[in-house]
Amino acid sequence: MAPQGRQEILEGAMAVAHAVARCRPEVIAAYPITPQTHISEELSTIVADGELQAEFVKVESEFGAASVCLGASAAGARAYTATSSQGLMLMAEVLWNIAGMRLPVVLACANRSVSAPLSIWCDHQDADSIRDCGVIQLHAEDAQEAVDQHVIAFKAAEDRRVLLPVMVNLDGFLLTHVFEPVELPDQALCDAFLGKYEALYKLDPGDPMSFGCFTEPDKCMEGRWMIHDACLRSAAVIEEVSAAFARTFGRNSGGLLEEYKSADADTVLVAKGSICGTIKDVVDELRDKGRRVGLVRIKTFRPFPRDRIVAAVRGAKRITVVEKGGSFGSGGVVTPELKDALYDAGLRIPVSGFCVQLGGREVAPDGIQEIIDRVEKGEQVHYEYFRLKKAILPDLVP
Amino acid sequence: MSAKLSMDKLSIGCVCLPGGSIGNHTGAWRSMMPVFKHAACIGCRACELVCPEGCVFENPGKKHLVEKLKREIADRDFDPDYCKGCGMCAEECPVDDIDMGLEEK
Repeated sequence: MAPQGRQEILEGAMAVAHAVARCRPEVIAAYPITPQTHISEELSTIVADGELQAEFVKVESEFGAASVCLGASAAGARAYTATSSQGLMLMAEVLWNIAGMRLPVVLACANRSVSAPLSIWCDHQDADSIRDCGVIQLHAEDAQEAVDQHVIAFKAAEDRRVLLPVMVNLDGFLLTHVFEPVELPDQALCDAFLGKYEALYKLDPGDPMSFGCFTEPDKCMEGRWMIHDACLRSAAVIEEVSAAFARTFGRNSGGLLEEYKSADADTVLVAKGSICGTIKDVVDELRDKGRRVGLVRIKTFRPFPRDRIVAAVRGAKRITVVEKGGSFGSGGVVTPELKDALYDAGLRIPVSGFCVQLGGREVAPDGIQEIIDRVEKGEQVHYEYFRLKKAILPDLVP
Repeated sequence: MSAKLSMDKLSIGCVCLPGGSIGNHTGAWRSMMPVFKHAACIGCRACELVCPEGCVFENPGKKHLVEKLKREIADRDFDPDYCKGCGMCAEECPVDDIDMGLEEK
């Protein structure tokens, strides 16, 4: 691997695997699923080659992978797993437990559509649908951010003020399988930055204890509140850790939000993940033509950075959320959370929500521009499946 | 540090020491309650072994005479603080010496 300060051309998943290895997890457990597989496959090679002193536990399912990480973390080990789509769904029950037991497991989600219909391609419905369980969620725009956010994830997760699992989201295929210039974190810097994980409580036969114990109704709410409170307060820790990361490694990959030409924008788009690269290109083109367009990119989706988003968009004439997910029977996922924050701030800026790229449907710059053109002509939509192909729907659909 | 852990004052992750759940009185879940008749009981301890709460015990001061065996057998009783009323003791008793009755509160 290249020395500090040198970029290499690496596949996103491979780069993530090598970055994770430099964070020195002591236990890794994963089950293969496209498009995550290259991360765990490469990590198993790194362990087998003796480059990382860790237990790589081969498991029968993602439920097993998450459970191994839960147990390992409870025993005081730094634990890591990676998954996608159905795999994340299968981990769901364990993720609630990991969060509730306040174990700083780090995982990657190579975002992929959830069945059915079966699709292996990217959208955010896997990550969005486990937003409520107390797992902190970071979203990377490119491979470099996915690499760096893993280092930030371990540091923030293990902070005594947080002690929650952190999931780094990177778009399946769009980031996992694309070769990009990446600078891996230097091993010595990484060691100094993270230190060794010291558990607050740990499983030890000489000093037995139980995690996540039974609570009667007179205590359960307080147990749940502690998760909520720690997740809310993790926002400040994520910013603090991200700033320290930037000072140490020279890259501004973390944080809660990125404000891209949004300060004086009339039309502000809000999005997360790799689509933001496309949106920035469109913003640049329109800015060249004198149109006041900007992007607010959500880098941390949980905790939801309400105040920061409100501050970033409050000068806009209209806001358009471009999201790769939604909640059937309701609408968007990001869109209503944004509206909720605006409402509490007393702002009645028109908000539109567009659902794009489900199951990997490509949205090129012309699609983003069409959305901007429509809202700038005064259109406001609650939540729309963008460019839905009605012609291929069955006759039974009215 | 761990000596302080209990479920009276919550810890991060709701961690507790062995015995820390002793304050969880699962008896509040109960609608049916066992009645140990102390008549035909032969002291096989099946009720103690199948109880998922481990709350059936031998009552050392109390005995009953079993005619068929021509000897006295120690009474079994249950701890109402923890008995969830599942009825497994009554179901498994080989001499039908435990009834389940509706508990009126």
